[in-house]
Amino acid sequence: MGRSVEEAFEQAAVALTAVVADVNAIKQRESIEVRCEAPDLELLLVSWLNAIIYEMAVRKMLFGTFRIVLAGCSLTGTLAGEKVDPERHRVAVEAKGATVTELKVSCDQDGQWLAQCVVDV
Amino acid sequence: MDPQSLLCYSDFEWWIKPTGQMRVPAIIYADKQLISGMDEKVREQLINVATLPGIQRAAYAMPDAHWGYGFPIGGVAAFDPNEGGVISAGGVGFDISCGVRALQTTLTANDLEAQKTDLAEALFRGVPAGVGSTGAIRLSEPEMDSMLSGGAQWAVGKGYGNPADLDRTEERGRAIGAQPECVSREAKKRQCEEMGTLGSGNHYLEVQRVVQIFDAVAAEAMELHENDILVSIHCGSRGLGHQVGTDYLKSMVIQGYRPIPDRELACAPIHSELGQHYLGAMRAATNCALANRQIITHLVRGAFHQVLPDVKLTLLYDVSHNTCKIEEHSVDGGLRELFVHRKGATRSLGPGHPDLPPPLQAVGQPVLIGGTMGTESYILAGTKQSEKLAFSSACHGAGRAMSRTQATHRWQGRQIIEELRNRGVLIRTRSIRGVAEEAPGAYKDVSAVAAAAEQAHLARRVARLVPVICVKG
Repeated sequence: MGRSVEEAFEQAAVALTAVVADVNAIKQRESIEVRCEAPDLELLLVSWLNAIIYEMAVRKMLFGTFRIVLAGCSLTGTLAGEKVDPERHRVAVEAKGATVTELKVSCDQDGQWLAQCVVDV
Repeated sequence: MDPQSLLCYSDFEWWIKPTGQMRVPAIIYADKQLISGMDEKVREQLINVATLPGIQRAAYAMPDAHWGYGFPIGGVAAFDPNEGGVISAGGVGFDISCGVRALQTTLTANDLEAQKTDLAEALFRGVPAGVGSTGAIRLSEPEMDSMLSGGAQWAVGKGYGNPADLDRTEERGRAIGAQPECVSREAKKRQCEEMGTLGSGNHYLEVQRVVQIFDAVAAEAMELHENDILVSIHCGSRGLGHQVGTDYLKSMVIQGYRPIPDRELACAPIHSELGQHYLGAMRAATNCALANRQIITHLVRGAFHQVLPDVKLTLLYDVSHNTCKIEEHSVDGGLRELFVHRKGATRSLGPGHPDLPPPLQAVGQPVLIGGTMGTESYILAGTKQSEKLAFSSACHGAGRAMSRTQATHRWQGRQIIEELRNRGVLIRTRSIRGVAEEAPGAYKDVSAVAAAAEQAHLARRVARLVPVICVKG
């Protein structure tokens, strides 16, 4: 949830990380940038989360802070985090991929944005 | 799910007759209690699968079915390419060719007792497991492609295991028709450091003890006896398979078959460029899973030999439960070549099937059912009836009864490890939180699932095993 699409996407990324590890234990030692595009906002959410999963997997890193700049149906995201430390980060499970199940990006009457989907672990 | 919403054909067979867009019925094999414990989403997803083009006979759910993405987990569906049949990335699952491999040892429970702690440590040191873990093997790009084409046969050729292991692996350890060129660079990069790793979540490496024999004849053919020690490996195609699933799910959503009732059912006609590319990539990921379990077998043997040098480990069977395979099945009185999706479902070939190794011809294929670290696992044998019932398929495990969050609210990892230690089960893990999320109580009753599979004639119970050592990812 968030007051803008950007904030909802950033919060979705935090929620993804919370499935994998303790978000509060992740220090911001290194930043990386990712770019994604998709035909619509919902698929952009899936692409965004999958980009984070990919970076976690290949860099053996966890990310706790996320910032995105949205331009239509493409985004540039900045992920900040550090190498995995299983004990300190209280790791639980790897994320395999974000799916299109229960996929929804919408704005309610109060202007609150929702960004959700099921992640396979 | 409310059993009243289904047509009861027998105590273990429940139908949803075709209505609306459904092309075939949906059939659930389970008892009333298991049905009551299933998510309503299983019903919804089965109905959706039954609407897909080219589907044959029915959309099936096994006794351990639960809510998945697109297809339910514990789902089976077969498609005829000549009737517009489709292939679905969500119908196979992200962990392509995830499966179970059972190794027999020359040990009995008594032989192991004094060395149990040392063996647990050796296995924990020897087999990388958990979030962020890496293996010792690094593959160059050409070697990666050779692995993706060759599967367990490639691994044995590199010295990871014995040629005899291949006799007891589905398709002799190699999926034919793999196309490494259909696997993205990202997927290959994700696999770079993950060969020979177990993964996390519900993946495990267990040392188990046979505590009960149900079918003496089948047990004899499988050389299973009470108190025998076995090793069970549950894992899949690691990062490469996950990325293949991710890449092709997106492609199928954007360019795949239309119309579909929900985009989570994204699929492509088998006779299409996208369908053929997915098939080539999926088979390459299958080979990655088969190679991975073969390498882990080699690591397990190494760990055993450090502690118990004289012990021999031979492969009982390796069977995958997230697959799509081309198989010949009888439909409307004739044999047809179908693409059988099994997502969280195990192939269950009956006695006499030509794909079975000679020692198992008389009794059927071992169906390996993983339990939880605190309960039990089962070895079943495929039945001839299973072909007519569900394209020769059976269940694959217990299935979760609650979410990971609910489990961590109810249990603490250290408490579970201590309780299991007091019951003689040694847990080794780098993730205490993972142990809480995987608490035995978070799963359904695997014994009820195995019994229902037998009563529905999908497979018959041969042996029950309990864990002795469990390395959790």
